[in-house]
Amino acid sequence: MGMRIGVLALQGAFREHVVSLKRLGVEACEVRNLREIDSVDAMVIPGGESTTMGKLLTDWGMLTPLRTRIEAGMPVYGSCAGLILLCREIENSTQPRLGVLDAVVRRNAFGRQVDSFETLLDLPVLARQGEEHQPFPAVFIRAPVILQVGPQVDVLAEVKGQAVAVRQGHILATSFHPELTRDSRMHRYFLDMCS
Amino acid sequence: MEQGTLRLKTGLAEMLKGGVIMDVTTPEQAKIAEEAGACAVMALERVPADIRAAGGVARMADPTIVKKIMEVASIPVMAKARIGHFVEARVLEALGVDYIDESEVLTPADDRYHIDKRDFTVPFVCGCRNLGEALRRIAEGAAMIRTKGEPGTGNVVEAVRHCRQVMDEIRHLCALPEAEVANYAKEIGAPLEICFMVRKEGRLPVVNFAAGGIATPADAALMMHLGCDGVFVGSGIFKSGDPAKRAKAIVQAVTNYKDYAMLAEISRDLGEPMVGIEISSIPEAQRMQERGW
Repeated sequence: MGMRIGVLALQGAFREHVVSLKRLGVEACEVRNLREIDSVDAMVIPGGESTTMGKLLTDWGMLTPLRTRIEAGMPVYGSCAGLILLCREIENSTQPRLGVLDAVVRRNAFGRQVDSFETLLDLPVLARQGEEHQPFPAVFIRAPVILQVGPQVDVLAEVKGQAVAVRQGHILATSFHPELTRDSRMHRYFLDMCS
Repeated sequence: MEQGTLRLKTGLAEMLKGGVIMDVTTPEQAKIAEEAGACAVMALERVPADIRAAGGVARMADPTIVKKIMEVASIPVMAKARIGHFVEARVLEALGVDYIDESEVLTPADDRYHIDKRDFTVPFVCGCRNLGEALRRIAEGAAMIRTKGEPGTGNVVEAVRHCRQVMDEIRHLCALPEAEVANYAKEIGAPLEICFMVRKEGRLPVVNFAAGGIATPADAALMMHLGCDGVFVGSGIFKSGDPAKRAKAIVQAVTNYKDYAMLAEISRDLGEPMVGIEISSIPEAQRMQERGW
């Protein structure tokens, strides 16, 4: 019995996450409503616009049930907008969120699109025995950073001294977009968390 | 650290997928659009319907208008430059807009060449009526494509025609024997290497939105069914009776375009839609879709 991973498909780069997960040989599907959320064992919340996704989650009564599932232990991975939606506090904003990750986030922390960047990131948690450890190609697009974390949160990577990848138990979040690259290690790390 | 790469440019468009990009002319409208769930806004001095009504030469918006909208919006802000006017584009890049639309809605500044978009850090979206036009724009560096439709009309027929045309030509290109691809590329005026990219993926190599005449949630859902990745709504929202409600309904329609019961629910009581224009009543010289080469 294989695991089934759902990618929240309200808006944004959900197709790319599904492709990245399938490349690793797991069953991955798009989820758009509560019934579909109930049918999956773990979830990815993709990049996109956090305000748009938060609004749609609220309008369709999905925000609270999804939060309850995550609090009950369902593994979840949020990238970029997904990270924002997971955080407890969003600087200068009252926008809807899941709020399950004990962290404070700043949206568009590096500036506007012209300030977006690609860089090689050191992510020691991705190292595996028998594999030569390489830095991770990280794509930051109007990306957020984590300003503060609670005691249960591990910081996995930083850029300019600010957290861009964190983990709190079964919750994983990154400011960058591994789904836009061919490097599967971040998704593999998430699958390891799920099993 | 690298900036302005193709992956960053096309990547932002990937993040906009499944969303609605709304034309706004004031910070107040930008707020309404963001509240309604828009994934980006297009900052303009006038919406296309008013540009059409005003006539004369339509140019890039006053930077003050663009700046004010950038200050209030937390979502990406796009702005339009005239076709071929690379200085207007440089000005918009210097202002820090997140995407530039090299747009036929404004009066073209060059009757032969589009902007060389590869050289910019900011990404560009361009309109097209067919596959050749789309692939020429991509060759020039466009990181996102949209249909042209016929802007400012509230009439979806041209957007449908352009979308179907592109999809039909993609299917044709993919079905051709390899020996005939070079000739087909010549016929449609498209660069050969990008034709091969399309054949490999079975789709355009960048995100493809619908634009030009979308006025209702059902219009938006129709364009999603035809294979578009998201929609631009220009005059359709702020020229309607209840912009906030209509904006929200169109956002919901794009995500749930296959759920007809939900579309029925969200299409109710939206107030007056914008007044539409029959395409045949527009003299050919005034059709914005004819602009672009």
